Amino acid sequence: MTREEIIEKGQVVYKKPVLLNDTPMHYCPGCSHGVVHKLVSEVIEEMGMTDKTIAISPVGCAVFAYKYIDVDWQEAAHGRAPALASATKRLWPDRLVFTYQGDGDLACIGTAETIHALNRAENITIIFINNAIYGMTGGQMAPTTLLGMKTATCPYGREVKLHGYPLKITEIAATLDGTCYVTRQAVHTVAAINRAKKAIRKAFEYSMQGKGSNLVEIVSTCNSGWKMSPEKANKWMEENMFEFYHLGDLKDTGAVK
Amino acid sequence: MTEEIIIAGFGGQGVLSMGKILAYAGLMEGKEVTWMPAYGPEQRGGTANVTVIVSDAPVSSPILSSYDTAIVLNQPSLEKFEPKVKPGGVIIYDGYGINEPPTRKDIDIYRIDAMDAAAEMNLIKTFNMIVLGGLLKIHPVVGIESVLAALRKTLPERHHHLIPKNEEAIRKGMEIIRKL
Amino acid sequence: MADQEITLMKGNEAIAHAAIRCGCDGYFGYPITPQSEVLETLAEQKPWETTGMVVLQAESEVSSINMVYGGACTGKKVMTSSSSPGVSLMQEGISYMAGAELPALIVNVMRGGPGLGTIQPSQSDYFQACKGGGHGDYHLIVLAPASVQEMADFVDLAFTLAFRYRNPAMILADGAIGQMMEKVVLPPFKPRRTEEEIIRECPWATTGRIGGRKPNIITSLELRSEEMEVINLRIQAKYREIEAKEVRYEEFMLDDAEYAIVAFGSAARIAKKSIEIARSQGIKVGLLRPITLWPFPTEEVKRLAGKVKGILSLEINAGQMVEDIRLAVEGKVPVRHFGRLGGIIPDPDEVVEVLKSSF
Repeated sequence: MTREEIIEKGQVVYKKPVLLNDTPMHYCPGCSHGVVHKLVSEVIEEMGMTDKTIAISPVGCAVFAYKYIDVDWQEAAHGRAPALASATKRLWPDRLVFTYQGDGDLACIGTAETIHALNRAENITIIFINNAIYGMTGGQMAPTTLLGMKTATCPYGREVKLHGYPLKITEIAATLDGTCYVTRQAVHTVAAINRAKKAIRKAFEYSMQGKGSNLVEIVSTCNSGWKMSPEKANKWMEENMFEFYHLGDLKDTGAVK
Repeated sequence: MTEEIIIAGFGGQGVLSMGKILAYAGLMEGKEVTWMPAYGPEQRGGTANVTVIVSDAPVSSPILSSYDTAIVLNQPSLEKFEPKVKPGGVIIYDGYGINEPPTRKDIDIYRIDAMDAAAEMNLIKTFNMIVLGGLLKIHPVVGIESVLAALRKTLPERHHHLIPKNEEAIRKGMEIIRKL
Repeated sequence: MADQEITLMKGNEAIAHAAIRCGCDGYFGYPITPQSEVLETLAEQKPWETTGMVVLQAESEVSSINMVYGGACTGKKVMTSSSSPGVSLMQEGISYMAGAELPALIVNVMRGGPGLGTIQPSQSDYFQACKGGGHGDYHLIVLAPASVQEMADFVDLAFTLAFRYRNPAMILADGAIGQMMEKVVLPPFKPRRTEEEIIRECPWATTGRIGGRKPNIITSLELRSEEMEVINLRIQAKYREIEAKEVRYEEFMLDDAEYAIVAFGSAARIAKKSIEIARSQGIKVGLLRPITLWPFPTEEVKRLAGKVKGILSLEINAGQMVEDIRLAVEGKVPVRHFGRLGGIIPDPDEVVEVLKSSF
């Protein structure tokens, strides 16, 4: 049965957003990126911002985000996406400008750009995929790698003496006067996906209302890097990641401003 | 006519601003000018100097090996620039800042007790304008009217009431400069 | 300030005023001596209240150049300025912009290195500017001003060339040109392009999919080697076109010259004084001043080699441009280099002595 035949029979129960094109994604099966891409696409469409969105992709697994979501994209150097976004938004204030970054990009090499863009109250949103590992380069330690977690560059497990502590950059962001909305979400269940979508929508709305900078962290899995099945990875995330990276809003000043 | 001048002294003596007024006055007379400071931390307490060139023709190098006129306001500047005055050139020095006066015989040496005069007049801040007056007396590189016009151009409006005091200082300098 | 007003200002200030006047949309920078007056002048002028130009002090030069990268992606006229150590930090972003073929202006008011070096003038970033300072096969269009007037004039010229070829352009000045004051006639005011004009003139830019056009993607990434080679070849063809069309230089007293000095920027100013002195002593010497350092006036230097007995490359560095001169001269006449290092500027007399002893 072709897609057209199904649509003709009025049997559509689910439709992907138009902005999410038909290019097969390079992400591993079970990866959270695909879900978040869909949410971002849906929110842009629902806000009617298709023709006014400028997105910035990172270096990391999401480097090719521009292949899948049909908006204008700038591909940044590693860690620099918030700098590109800052200038873009200031030069085009009525555009929806967001970055899409992973933990290595945002919380390690791009820490300065992240902190300062957020603290300058740039009217942008940062979507932050935290899977506690460098996915694209083959599973090395990230700033967010949990203690005890094994990666290619901490094969015996992360330990404080050797590697220091995992970085809670979202908590840091919440302390900055420039941030409006800072939240930590996940996409491992239908309920979580719905909450994450609302969070992205709120962040995008605030950025368009000029209320300051917004950070939406999505605690994610990397089943390839973690060397687990998608199902196990989700379970491991719930048991270990959520314990350190608590889900929920850390800051929301948008409603009162 | 090309006049190549070095003005040198301590930071805070108004060396750079004196040069700027001179260059600006030259500009207002339609001349070509360059103002090249020795910039950097030297400005703060150490020695400061600026090369000013005023010319009827386009100026080539803003940086020079020798000068027509050296205005030196402290001992280290005198030691540095006395040998660099062209034969037949001029040194103007402030008697207050210099214990061992210039010795060359092949140049004209002028002394101006500008610091003393500024103190007497209770106009310490116009010290550099007194020195400039001295220069204009012996070497009318630019006209005094152009200097006053330059002051009007470069001083913020809120300081324009000080222009008569500056004029007074320039005239004082013209009066007290003396050849040795 | 009225159009065409003659005024006295520093080279750095002239850059700032010229940027506002030529319709620049955004400046992103970070303080460093000896160029901080660029950002200071812009902050003082508040162009965001007049032309609408954005001025932003970034957290680092790394961030500045990536702000420029982002702004350039959207078709806006954007620029940054810095001095040598800061420009070293920017090399990553400059390479990305060259790879993504983006127009932008970078101003380097050079100081002496290596490392933190000195804050005094130098020309020791010639290699970095002209040979592709970052990774990959690329070139910037490099303009070398020798006066405050050229600091002002080259801002618009650099933007024009950058947009004509979709390539970053650099104004390579030095601390002397940045810090000295000279007479300058500021360029007339040119309005910033409207968003509609930008969308029309830069159909490649990430302005949002206005009118429902297909998405624009600005990237320097292409993992398929065959495709990446094609992209590289296209960029190289563009460079050949720039080399053919955009060489700029000045000749000074070369008609009867037996010797030539080749010098750029403030070294060329010193050279002119040295030539005055040398000619008064009966030495027939002239100057070729490259205005574009890349593309380098190779053909002109080659012609010069057929005419003079020797060429002196006067640079405020240990000998960088001299390599390009030697490539052009192909051994036909002796080519010597003279330069001072560490922030010391050669004085006109010592250049004359070098001329006398070199050939």
